[in-house]
Amino acid sequence: MEQFMGYTTLGVAIFILISMAMMLGRLLVGPTLYDRLLAVNSFGTKTVLFLCVFCLVIDRPDGVDIALLYALMNFIATIAVLKFFRYRALDVSLLESHITDRDGAAK
Amino acid sequence: MMQVLIMASETVQAANYVPEIFPIIRNGLAVASMVIGLFFVLAGTLGVLRLPDFFTRLHAAGMTDTLGAELILLGLIIQEGFTQLSLKFVFVSIILLLTSPTATHAVANAAYQAGLKPLLGDYKAPTTAEIAGDYAGDDDHHEGDHH
Repeated sequence: MEQFMGYTTLGVAIFILISMAMMLGRLLVGPTLYDRLLAVNSFGTKTVLFLCVFCLVIDRPDGVDIALLYALMNFIATIAVLKFFRYRALDVSLLESHITDRDGAAK
Repeated sequence: MMQVLIMASETVQAANYVPEIFPIIRNGLAVASMVIGLFFVLAGTLGVLRLPDFFTRLHAAGMTDTLGAELILLGLIIQEGFTQLSLKFVFVSIILLLTSPTATHAVANAAYQAGLKPLLGDYKAPTTAEIAGDYAGDDDHHEGDHH
């Protein structure tokens, strides 16, 4: 039973790796910025999953801490890149007065 | 005397032997959860690669990544049992459950605010002539570059 579960987790890890490699295709092809950003975000989620599964495969539980950190960093990186490409700067406060509508006029 | 007692107890144990069904059930549940989660992850990846429009791709990635990740982590938690590692899996699961839909919503909102229009109308699969035309156009372009 132990051996069977080991093979199962290894198979899940390999399939997550294949899925990550497929997501790289959208990252390279994606016509718009948002497609690429979506691919990066999804890639990060799959990286977290792969770390969680793989640290069971090699039987070293330290990897889950790195997965936890990566999950937080992935979210912050996505928001930061989105904010940068919206305002072309990172030191803009997200107060109401800075939020513009689709035509660029302040609400 | 002692040996007789031990032999007797072994006999009783052998008579009362039942196959350990609980590890089988637990591991079966874990494998089922992980395989279903893996199906969702792979389907979402295929959707991101194949769907025609940014918003449909976002739908595929956002929906299936959240559910697939949660199911795979649930499988790992079931397999581990009540351990410290399992608690860490719970933390990862909670963080993913909070951040993944938020990030998806942020990307969708940013794309909509930037003026990206969704593709409307009925879906029509590209005909083979159109696909061949695309490739032919690319070939012409490359030939033009060469000359």
